[in-house]
Amino acid sequence: MNQLRIFRSLAKDSISNAMQGSRSYHTWMGVLTFFMLLGAYCYYQQLSKGLVVTGMHDNVSWGLYISNFTFLVGVAAAAVMLVMPTYVLKDVDFSKAVLIGEGLAVAALIMCLAFVTVDLGGPGRAWHLIPGIGLFNFPQSMLAWDVIVLNGYLFINITIPLYILMSRYQNKEPNKNFYIPGAMISVFWAVGIHMVTAFLYAGLPARPFWNSSLLGPRFLASAFAAGPALIIIILEVISRYTDYKIAEKSFAKLAMVVTVAAQVNLIMLISELFKEFYAQTHHSLSAVYLFFGLHGKTGLVPWTYASLTLNVVATAILTMHLFIKSYRWLTVACVCLFIGIWIEKGMGLIIPGFIPGSWGDIVEYVPSWIEVGVTIGIWAMGAFIFTILAKSAISIEMGRMRYKEKGKEAPAAG
Amino acid sequence: MEENNSCGHNCSCGSKQEPAPINDMGFSQTGDATTSRRGALKKLTLGLLTGAGMASTSCSVVGADDVKEKGGLQWDEFFKKNYRVMTEKEQKDTVTRLERLYELNTGKKISVSSKGATDNVLYGYAFNISKCQGYMDCVNACVEENNQDRNSEMQYIRIHEHKNGQINFELAKDDYYHEVPAEGHFYMGTQCFHCENPPCVDVCPVKATWKEEDGIVVIDYDWCIGCRYCMAACPYDGRRFNWQQPEVPEEEVNKDQHYLGNRLRKNGVMEKCTFCIQRSRNGKNPACVEACPTGARIFGNILDPKSEIRWVLENKKVFRLKEDLGTEPKFWYFMD
Repeated sequence: MNQLRIFRSLAKDSISNAMQGSRSYHTWMGVLTFFMLLGAYCYYQQLSKGLVVTGMHDNVSWGLYISNFTFLVGVAAAAVMLVMPTYVLKDVDFSKAVLIGEGLAVAALIMCLAFVTVDLGGPGRAWHLIPGIGLFNFPQSMLAWDVIVLNGYLFINITIPLYILMSRYQNKEPNKNFYIPGAMISVFWAVGIHMVTAFLYAGLPARPFWNSSLLGPRFLASAFAAGPALIIIILEVISRYTDYKIAEKSFAKLAMVVTVAAQVNLIMLISELFKEFYAQTHHSLSAVYLFFGLHGKTGLVPWTYASLTLNVVATAILTMHLFIKSYRWLTVACVCLFIGIWIEKGMGLIIPGFIPGSWGDIVEYVPSWIEVGVTIGIWAMGAFIFTILAKSAISIEMGRMRYKEKGKEAPAAG
Repeated sequence: MEENNSCGHNCSCGSKQEPAPINDMGFSQTGDATTSRRGALKKLTLGLLTGAGMASTSCSVVGADDVKEKGGLQWDEFFKKNYRVMTEKEQKDTVTRLERLYELNTGKKISVSSKGATDNVLYGYAFNISKCQGYMDCVNACVEENNQDRNSEMQYIRIHEHKNGQINFELAKDDYYHEVPAEGHFYMGTQCFHCENPPCVDVCPVKATWKEEDGIVVIDYDWCIGCRYCMAACPYDGRRFNWQQPEVPEEEVNKDQHYLGNRLRKNGVMEKCTFCIQRSRNGKNPACVEACPTGARIFGNILDPKSEIRWVLENKKVFRLKEDLGTEPKFWYFMD
């Protein structure tokens, strides 16, 4: 009961905390709200007319939504790169960053679930997916696995930080025996969510482009590059615009993670390219389409080379940093890598999986404006959620937000 | 099919005389309501609830009792179970509701069957490459028989035109608009192959699609959530998705229906060839077999030693497509 009261007070404080801030904070949230409303309007259009308003069709039956979903699973999984050293290996470097990382995981997971939901033809029947009430095809369907691992991971990433923040909120030290096992589970779980998501595609012999045993490991490598890259960008923003300062050492360690992951990702890419092009078979057609186009259709070629260039440039900069021990170009490299991998997961993986189609038809895919609107709306929603979570976490960590015995409202701090 | 109005090209014939009354019987067409401002919020909720959005319908002349009855029926339909786990009585009930709802919506009667598989029956299909001339009568018969969406011109069957000397689907055309048979070409039809080991069934997260006892792979249209994972998993392009509210002019609706077969579908769900389950389970040939003017299509029970299909399998050199995937299609090709 007491815990519940404390939680209620925390929620109230967080909300009032989220309502206050500088002018630029309000502008940021206002812009996000605008895009969320835009997304909601686009989704309304899609609900009333059907998925026909998207650019998807019988040949390319998954598009921008599932691409973003796949990418964001990786971002969510990457939070683990901060969790493990901090909680388990007692490496305190990341302690300030870890709550931000978990907040990011929560926001990314909510976005994942949103992307899957908007992709459904009948979202009103999504209750058929609830085990017990619906009829769950477990363990046959990898999508059923994905529902379990994503929701489980969301649960873990909400409870652990909530417990820590609740403790700090009451000026107590969180109990290690409680949260370390939780953190351990989340480490394995993070790998699990990304492997399961990869298996969702890799398990389809009908799509030779996806039906590769390298897909799972490659997902992990690209996730551990793109996720921490985003965390670095966010931490830099937080460090610059708030009084919550992140140690230089944290950046150095994160940069190390990103560098290694980006290098491994490139090695795997080379391995894939070799296999597809050295001895080209019928099954290499998707890769041919991706890199050179097929029968005059070259829709994805510019994207592919953009992604390749961004990845190579970013990896080169990051690798150089390791030698010169300076991080001047870190942000640039991280932005390049993030965009490069985003393209790689969508235009470079999901869409070419469907081209050519089962009988060799080459029908290209271009997302519609409504689809783009919904996608921007969901990204805005993710950023909105993350901002609120991060702001509350920072306020508690900085000691500005503390539990007051009942009757008195805690003064919220900006 | 009673009539064969094939017009010689790749379309669902006879459906172009718009605007025809929109048929909106599949279930989650909750919105029979004509659009009103008052109902905007309710509509949105309903739309979210059913995920089907609204369809403007032609039935504005229903009384209050009918509205109430309809609401009740729709409620029951929305919260019903997956067809495969229903008891026989529950299956009968849902079929009755469907029939009644159609009557309330259009004033016309339909008959929806819930007939199950017969023992010792396993359906198979054989396609004679030597005989097919690419007339596409099968395609049109299929569209009419199975109430496929006329707007998007959905078709289950594809006829691929190959150049003599090769079976290469990448080079074949399935959208030819010239007189057939074309010189130096031959034709092959594809559709759902009703695999013994169907990858589409394994991947469905909600068990909305499955293989019946008689080997027909079916979908419960009211249970499908529209994730399209099955579409990605099918190596034969056997599955179709309703990207929008399917429409069939009322006078063209085939009223002889089966729950797992040609009953009217809704927006956002998968559908596919069911070997015309409403016909085959009543001892008839699928519409494509009956419509084929050259006799290229052979259908029957492969467990019956006296069946024609069995004769073909035993006496002809048959083959199947993409056998390396291990899906075991029950659809064979052969030549004279």
